[in-house]
Amino acid sequence: MTAPTATPPSPERPADGGSVPFMPGARAGGVPPERTEETGPWVEKLWSAAASGDEYAALDTVRSALASGLDTETVLLDVIGAVQHRVGVEWAANRMSVADEHAATAINDRAIASLPPHRIPDRAHGRVTVACVDGEWHALPARLLAEVLRLRGWHVDYLGAQVPSPHLITHLHRTGADVVALSGSLPTRLPTAHAAITACQAVGASVIVGGAAFGPGGRYAGRLGVQGWAPDARSAADLLSAGLAAPGAAHQVTDDLPHLSDQEYTLVKRSARQLVRHTFSALAERFPAMAAYDEEQRERTAEDLAHIVDFLCAALYVDDVGLFTGFLAWTADILTARGVPAASLLPSLDLLEEQLRDFPRTRDLLAHGHRALTEKIAADGTGQGKPV
Amino acid sequence: MNVAANRSHPGDIAPGAGVDAAASAAPYPMLVIDAEGRVTRHNAAASAVLPDLRSGTAAAGAVPPWLAEPVDGAEVRGRIGERLFAAHPTALEDGSTAWWLVDDTEYRLAVDELAVERERAQFLIEASNALLSTLNPERCMEVAARLAAKHLADAAVVVAPAIGRRLPMTLCARGGPVERRAIAVDPERVPGLEEALRGFPPVPSRWIDPGSAPEWLMPKGFGGVGSVAITPLPGHGVPAGALVLLRTSNHAGFSESEEEFAALFAARVGAAMSAARLYAEQASITDVLMRELLPPRLRQIEGVELASGYRPAGDSARVGGDFYDIHLTEGAGTATRALVALGDVCGKGLEAAVITGKIRNTLHALLPMADDHHRMLSMLNRALVTSDHTRFATLVLASIARIGPHVCLQLTSAGHPAPLIVRRDGGVEEAQTSGSLVGVLPEVQSATAHTTLAPGETCLLFTDGIPEAKGGPMGDELFGVARLKRALGECAGMPAEAVVERVQMLAAQWVGEGKHDDMALIAITAPRGTHLTAVDGTTAGRYTA
Repeated sequence: MTAPTATPPSPERPADGGSVPFMPGARAGGVPPERTEETGPWVEKLWSAAASGDEYAALDTVRSALASGLDTETVLLDVIGAVQHRVGVEWAANRMSVADEHAATAINDRAIASLPPHRIPDRAHGRVTVACVDGEWHALPARLLAEVLRLRGWHVDYLGAQVPSPHLITHLHRTGADVVALSGSLPTRLPTAHAAITACQAVGASVIVGGAAFGPGGRYAGRLGVQGWAPDARSAADLLSAGLAAPGAAHQVTDDLPHLSDQEYTLVKRSARQLVRHTFSALAERFPAMAAYDEEQRERTAEDLAHIVDFLCAALYVDDVGLFTGFLAWTADILTARGVPAASLLPSLDLLEEQLRDFPRTRDLLAHGHRALTEKIAADGTGQGKPV
Repeated sequence: MNVAANRSHPGDIAPGAGVDAAASAAPYPMLVIDAEGRVTRHNAAASAVLPDLRSGTAAAGAVPPWLAEPVDGAEVRGRIGERLFAAHPTALEDGSTAWWLVDDTEYRLAVDELAVERERAQFLIEASNALLSTLNPERCMEVAARLAAKHLADAAVVVAPAIGRRLPMTLCARGGPVERRAIAVDPERVPGLEEALRGFPPVPSRWIDPGSAPEWLMPKGFGGVGSVAITPLPGHGVPAGALVLLRTSNHAGFSESEEEFAALFAARVGAAMSAARLYAEQASITDVLMRELLPPRLRQIEGVELASGYRPAGDSARVGGDFYDIHLTEGAGTATRALVALGDVCGKGLEAAVITGKIRNTLHALLPMADDHHRMLSMLNRALVTSDHTRFATLVLASIARIGPHVCLQLTSAGHPAPLIVRRDGGVEEAQTSGSLVGVLPEVQSATAHTTLAPGETCLLFTDGIPEAKGGPMGDELFGVARLKRALGECAGMPAEAVVERVQMLAAQWVGEGKHDDMALIAITAPRGTHLTAVDGTTAGRYTA
């Protein structure tokens, strides 16, 4: 039996996992831009300006970097992009607060806006729409791509964060864009992303995707039937220049993902909130000490549960064990960095398994998750206060 | 009675005189060719088909070449005159081969026709799918040109009705790229084109001289037009354009059935192009009307950061009942002054958006009294109470003045959630203002709050869509003002955009995939680092923290 105080997340926990700049996969797939002798010092300068919220110093750094002879694309990707990558890493390691992360991102955004204006789009290039998946708030990677494509002569429409699919499709009808570049960091948005991808293809646009949501090496991208995947803005731009294949005929999501016909995703997803509620009350029964939690601690425990269920659904959707185990491993690291034993996740998995026994794919995912987490805890030695 | 002769399989023929007689009288042509290539026997039916057959002479010359050599006993097929035959060989004991010929011309024609029909049906389905899926006129033309070039001709040109003097067209040669042109040309120079563009019935392809097809009607590098077919694209009441099909001189001209089929395809293209054009027209009308209703871009004020966020209730809506506006006003002394208004009209969607437009216009007209919030609200109230519609609204007004690094605010709520102020230490206060909503009672009451923001402090105006967002991990809880305050407590010292983004993100995540009301918010922030010296663009300035 656990020391019950170890089970709940501590109040220092981030209030929402969604504010996480890079989700699982980012650690494996999100390679930081390469540092060179030319860019290194500028990255340091911009980092300290962004981390301290000093907008003017940030803008001066960008201006001076350009004046020193760096080209705009390098400043965008290898200076600003590198700083943004570091923001995510620092946040994950609990060395940066959520507020600081937002502030640094806002400053990076202004730094991009301060770059010199673009040349007129080259007609030889097509028209491309850059957007974030609905529910995606981390717009900076998409913005960087939009800027790079503009620099390279594309006619770019940048729609920003959180674009509902109907808006995206209306936009495509209006502009007749040839290509849509979709960015996403949260694997839990993969079903939404897939619906958007299918809709874009149905109106005749090719789709290229990027971001941690699509898995290490773009593993899930291929399953969603996209025309391209790129690990970063530069390769995305190269891929677009090389030309993407035309989208296939209009189709249903089950054509890409035939396993969805087993209805497990549908059933688990539809009962997701009930699962959270039930698991929460069952946890409270098993750990009487939870009664002493304050409102915030209870809410964070519930949010943890909601995240587990959301990732479980995403893993069912793309039929990938690694998505779920990757999430658990990543959460274990985040918890450990904030002084919460990773073992506190195990009872929740057990309770979910009890409720979802009728679903073979789900049960398999939970079993793999349990095993991976137990092994990780043993390897890291972070499992103090192992629960029942 | 000879049983074998009644059997259908020629291989079953047994030697004997009866068999010979039966073979001679058989309704199918039969001939025997020996190992030396001589015709040794044939029946009357064979003579009727191959009149040059003479028993005892060489088969070559009398039979078509495809019949000369048996291939492993397998049947062979070929043409004799106009007819198609299948020839079934039977190896005889003496090394010669008996051939039975079956005329399957009708069958083969039917099979071929079926294949053509199937291919056409398949093509029409593919075409319908591709054409239906796009509502963009240019893309529609592109899809039509590509499909026609792939299935109907060596090259295809989709010509849209002239815009001014220019004729927009999309061209595609088979397997080639799609080209777009819009050139000032006279369609009358091409026989059939002018008629098609004006919606007259198509001119038969054989009447069109391929030599008359001008250069501008051909994709780049397409030479030697052998035949031209021009089909009108029927639209919604008016012609939608014309489809021009081109074949090189190496290919046969367009048959009547091909022209008929092209017309079937053209009907679909015409319908799709008309729908796309209609959509584009409607969209541009909506755009013009919507421009006034969309939330404005924020104008930046020197020394004050402003950021806004707006999310209408429906995913497909762009406007709703929440609104905000910002106006620069005549300020006393050197302080820059601005008025921010943010509010919520009862109701949702376009209808509510129209009322927000009226309120925004009224407020704009009342700007000269922007210092006196109560008077402004009274006048607005009067305007709303006396108008026809029975809508009411809540709103909050914020007058902004900048004094040094500080931002002075005058805040008045009219039945609206009180603005929240984030202090530098992370403390969150509710502005002490209250008042009645506008558009219901003949008179309004209001109490104005005055406050000052130090650098790094933010005042957040928001509509109730945020605290009333329902969701959370359990799915049924309200986001609530307390949670909003807690979130804002983490936002001390953040730039205005980051505060807005943070709150919007939390509310959106709280809602998840559930329904929500319109959400609007504005952050007014006193910038944290204030520029002390002018920067000339090359040297770094000095800043305060």
